[in-house]
Amino acid sequence: MNSIQKNRLKDQLFKIWGIACTLFGLVLLVIFIGDILIDGIGRIDWGFITDLPSRKAEKSGIFTALMGSIWILLLTTAIAFPVGVAAGVYLEEYSKKNRLSAILEINISNLAGVPSIIYGLLGLEVFVRIMGLGASVLAGALTLSLLILPIIIVATREAIKAVPKSIRDASYALGASKWQTIWNQILPASGGGILTGVILALSRAVGETAPLIVVGALAYVPFAPSNPMDEFSVLPIQIFNWISRPQHGFIENAAAAIIILLLITFVMNGIAVYFRNKWQKRLK
Amino acid sequence: MKKIVFIISLAIVAISCGEKKAEKVIKDTAALEGTIKVDGSSTVFPITEAVAEEFRSEQPKVKVTIGVSGTGGGFKKFSRGETNLSNASRPIKDKEKAACAENNINYLELEVAYDGLAVLVNPANDWVDNFTVEELKKIWEPAAQGVIMKWNQIRPEWPNEEIHLFGPGVASGTYDYFTEAVVGKSGSSRGDFTASEDDHVLVQGIAGDKFSLGFFGLAYYAENKDKLTLIGVNNGEEVVKPTLETVSNGTYRPLSRPLFVYVNSTSVKFPEVVEFVNFYIDNAGELSEDVGYIPLPSELYTKQKANFKAFVESNK
Repeated sequence: MNSIQKNRLKDQLFKIWGIACTLFGLVLLVIFIGDILIDGIGRIDWGFITDLPSRKAEKSGIFTALMGSIWILLLTTAIAFPVGVAAGVYLEEYSKKNRLSAILEINISNLAGVPSIIYGLLGLEVFVRIMGLGASVLAGALTLSLLILPIIIVATREAIKAVPKSIRDASYALGASKWQTIWNQILPASGGGILTGVILALSRAVGETAPLIVVGALAYVPFAPSNPMDEFSVLPIQIFNWISRPQHGFIENAAAAIIILLLITFVMNGIAVYFRNKWQKRLK
Repeated sequence: MKKIVFIISLAIVAISCGEKKAEKVIKDTAALEGTIKVDGSSTVFPITEAVAEEFRSEQPKVKVTIGVSGTGGGFKKFSRGETNLSNASRPIKDKEKAACAENNINYLELEVAYDGLAVLVNPANDWVDNFTVEELKKIWEPAAQGVIMKWNQIRPEWPNEEIHLFGPGVASGTYDYFTEAVVGKSGSSRGDFTASEDDHVLVQGIAGDKFSLGFFGLAYYAENKDKLTLIGVNNGEEVVKPTLETVSNGTYRPLSRPLFVYVNSTSVKFPEVVEFVNFYIDNAGELSEDVGYIPLPSELYTKQKANFKAFVESNK
């Protein structure tokens, strides 16, 4: 075998290895989803969505947990979106390259790596106890907002960086101020990237359990939250609670609730992809 | 940008609508209403959940919420006065008593049911008929790690085969309880066993391995009777298997324990809490069996009820 053949062989081997690596995660995901679907799909009906939790697995539903998750999602969006985007715009457009901004940047990257349970402890102390919000939806949403802020900030900055310099130059050349340039040119041009980042961050938030348990989210609530100060439960806590029950019916319930949770995240990721594609086209 | 503004205003509309609805609920009064906050042990949770579910049809306007912070976490909130009732899978500790005293919280302890631990082997295991507590200790104590590895080290007539151990994860109350009852010190055991927080994994493990031995809550055995063999424990006088009778009359020891609910004195000033606790004691027997636990003898429930009545009177 000469060296050309050897190199080709190596090339082929690496290609196969690459395919195996690519498939590894996907195959596991397919097995996981298949397993969950077999266990849970038969359990999903309208009653499962609208019923309250019960000690009888067949009568149990996810209504309060689902409503809790939706409340958390809306409130977290309302808090984290404006704050995160504004912080990203500031860091990218206004802050000067000095030591302060370097420290800020390092800390924001650090924040992104802090384990979620630590945010839970922070939320418990600051929002639940000091601010006196109690174990409310608002306290939970504020905690999750903190958790996903770094992700939104980083996504916003990356999206702004990707805006062609020519757009900015043209805006200034026409006499626009910095604010006008940001509001009318930069943000619309980077909107797809920002929204993608925000939605991916939110789909992470909707799956979080640990920080919410620490904040005091409940395992059994017989009512859906009606205002931000109400107590709440969320889908991941309901799933965790059902998995730890001995009766087999609860395992089916857990699988069914996992399907609903997966659906929510898939739909959110789908929206993210849609926005990204739409914005990219518009830019061209 | 318009979209963002739209989303935010949507959220605000949703919030303000919600508030109006809440006011309406408070306005029309008929039966009892109010909120009862319960937190604590995840072991007791299923019983309290069942009681709360049944109570809903009795008093639909009373909102009962239940958290699962664990027995310790529950007492922490209870001692700050943040909850009305606390679920506990062990009696309150001195430290927790002190914390309650510091915040002027008086409380009453109520036994609501029993929980039993089951010791299990594979159905193909035809040599084990019972264990003594000493034998269980010999197998599970920290000194056994790497030493007690074969069945014939426990009793010479048992096979010369490796023993495979299964047990709940070290963070669970079940593990704490087993080690306290068997080894003598809570949380102290050998480390080389297959541990899982998910008891279904333990069921699978024991069911699939002829030379296995494991333990977990009795409720899980009840759900998997066909896959596992329950082993009786010698309490020093006789060999006892955990059943409804042996757990509730106390002969299945030391592997059965009472489960508790604690109620504080300020809460019993509210009629809805008194009503709920009475309902709890009245129905705990039937409902605890429903969710896989073992009821107290009925005279004990009567006694709890009398205790509670006296507690309510003295705190009026």
